[in-house]
Amino acid sequence: MKRIYAFEERCLGCKLCEVYCKTAHSKSKNIIKANKYENIESAIFIEEVIEKKSIVYFALQCRHCKNPKCVKACISGAMYKGEDGIVRNNSEKCVSCLSCVLVCPFGAIKVGKDGQTISKCDLCVNYGTSLCVDHCPNDAIKLIEENDDCFTKGRL
Amino acid sequence: MSLDFDVPSFEILRNKNKCIQCKVCIRQCANMVHFYDKDDNIVCSNNVYCVNCHRCVTLCPTKALIVRKYPLEFRENANWNGAAIREIYKQAKSGGVLLSSMGTTKAFPIYWDKMLLNASQVTNPSIDPLREPMETKVLIGRKPNVIPFDDNDELKTTMPPQIELNIPIMFAGMSYGSISKNAHESLARAATELGTCYNTGEGGLHKDFYKYGNNTIVQVASGRFGVHKDYLNAGVGIEIKIGQGAKPGIGGHLPGKKVGEDVSLTRMIPIGSDAISPAPHHDIYSIEDLRQLIFSLKETTEYRKPIFVKIAAVHNAAAIASGIARAGADAIVIDGFRGGTGAAPTRIRDNVGIPIELALASIDQRLHEEGIRNCVSLIISGSIRNSSDIVKAIALGADAVYIGSAALIALGCHMCHSCSTGKCNWGIATQDPSLVKRLNPDIMYKRLINLITAWNHEIQEMLGGMGINAIDSLKGNRLMLRGIGLNEKELHILGIKHAGE
Repeated sequence: MKRIYAFEERCLGCKLCEVYCKTAHSKSKNIIKANKYENIESAIFIEEVIEKKSIVYFALQCRHCKNPKCVKACISGAMYKGEDGIVRNNSEKCVSCLSCVLVCPFGAIKVGKDGQTISKCDLCVNYGTSLCVDHCPNDAIKLIEENDDCFTKGRL
Repeated sequence: MSLDFDVPSFEILRNKNKCIQCKVCIRQCANMVHFYDKDDNIVCSNNVYCVNCHRCVTLCPTKALIVRKYPLEFRENANWNGAAIREIYKQAKSGGVLLSSMGTTKAFPIYWDKMLLNASQVTNPSIDPLREPMETKVLIGRKPNVIPFDDNDELKTTMPPQIELNIPIMFAGMSYGSISKNAHESLARAATELGTCYNTGEGGLHKDFYKYGNNTIVQVASGRFGVHKDYLNAGVGIEIKIGQGAKPGIGGHLPGKKVGEDVSLTRMIPIGSDAISPAPHHDIYSIEDLRQLIFSLKETTEYRKPIFVKIAAVHNAAAIASGIARAGADAIVIDGFRGGTGAAPTRIRDNVGIPIELALASIDQRLHEEGIRNCVSLIISGSIRNSSDIVKAIALGADAVYIGSAALIALGCHMCHSCSTGKCNWGIATQDPSLVKRLNPDIMYKRLINLITAWNHEIQEMLGGMGINAIDSLKGNRLMLRGIGLNEKELHILGIKHAGE
């Protein structure tokens, strides 16, 4: 299955992906309204690692694991892995126990600002296109298969 | 001293209704113009530092930003205008030479725009390049004086070394150091894919780029940075740089802060040391000296590579070019006074040199008159802005052109004229790793290819319109040009008729 991969050699840390993630997962689907008025947490986020001479940035989001720990840990059956391989959270079933947040080995599930909802990457399947990938100004995030050429060729 | 006469050059207008406080502008500005005010939850801007590079404007996801000229006016005065006054403030503060980047901003006449091309009507058919073959290939190098045949009518000529270009456009010399490694990689990969050449500039050749050697011209300039035997043999040609259009008669200076580990290795100088290129080559004081260098380089490369000599277009360019041709060069590069640079003294950039159009016309004419035009290829540079400039240059007698500024603009340069600061927000004229990263060669080499491919299509269209199916048939064909709004003297120098004649 295709996943979103981040290439830290290319990531500028501009965080535009976060802006567009919020837009894609908003009710209004309007970039200004989504970011100004809707209380959404981005499902992709830029980690900053401060090194000796520079800062390394990389985008982090759900890896859609083969055996997802979050699904196992979910007490209400809200978190599930679909036939398409995408791990999703059914917000209607979610009881906000935050077990998934606790067990995710990547820290890729975030708690919303209200402390009740969780946000995680669903590859924007319902939206039609992964907005973070489309709007990355430096091609640092890509929606690709795990055996894509760019991993083997050594050139991104 | 607290008194500072500096006022902003630009003003940033932020549409508060559109700004979502995503802070992308803050993170993307190397000049630290934007900042976040936590108390009011707004992003603000400090106009003084803005150079108008458009990085924030381009990346702002809601297009909430506009950069415009700062509206502060001095009292109107045609002589003492704002720019003149500000330059004095600057020098009175710094005590230094004024520095500028990129080509001159002064409104000198652009002769390309005063020449018009011909097209076929009725008496000779025009050619549709989409349906019929059209040759844009050029060969750069010395052409033999005679073409002798033996008794069996077989060609006896041995051709001097030639560089075959699919298109008459090459990327001009811009050194690694003045521009970033990613910019160089983009140029190298684009040149390789297009079947043309890029020029290393005088900063040596990074070890990662030797593989693009078949599409590389290596440069030997007065600083001799990074010059060694492998380097000289790495490319398909060698260019001796005597002068540069933006700063004829002036050397170069790469500040030590741009000389990091990689640049230091490539240039063969210590990390952090200023790389100063002297104004003259200290071993060239005459045409005879130049001949010695040309032949030393030919010896080193076993006479397999054409040697270019690059000069700035100056008053006696025609006579100098004649000397260069006789000194044994295989190609002459002439760089006009509108050419770009990473940094040049403003007074030099804006006042020294002559327009490339006039220099080209007079050099081509002179070489023809002396019967040595075949000895050299003529390559011109210095603000080639589009494909019609190229067609006009070829009709005036050029074999090919170099593009520098245009290539950088394709890579994202927004002509903010701040190369010398080393804070290029587009990752071009900088060595700061966090800024260099912004230029992704995978994206940018394709943009270069797109640009040149588009220009090549346009060149073919224009050639076809004139009823010509090969670029060689246009070379020096000045009857295809007509002047518009030019005086007798200008027409005479350009060797063209006025429109209507």
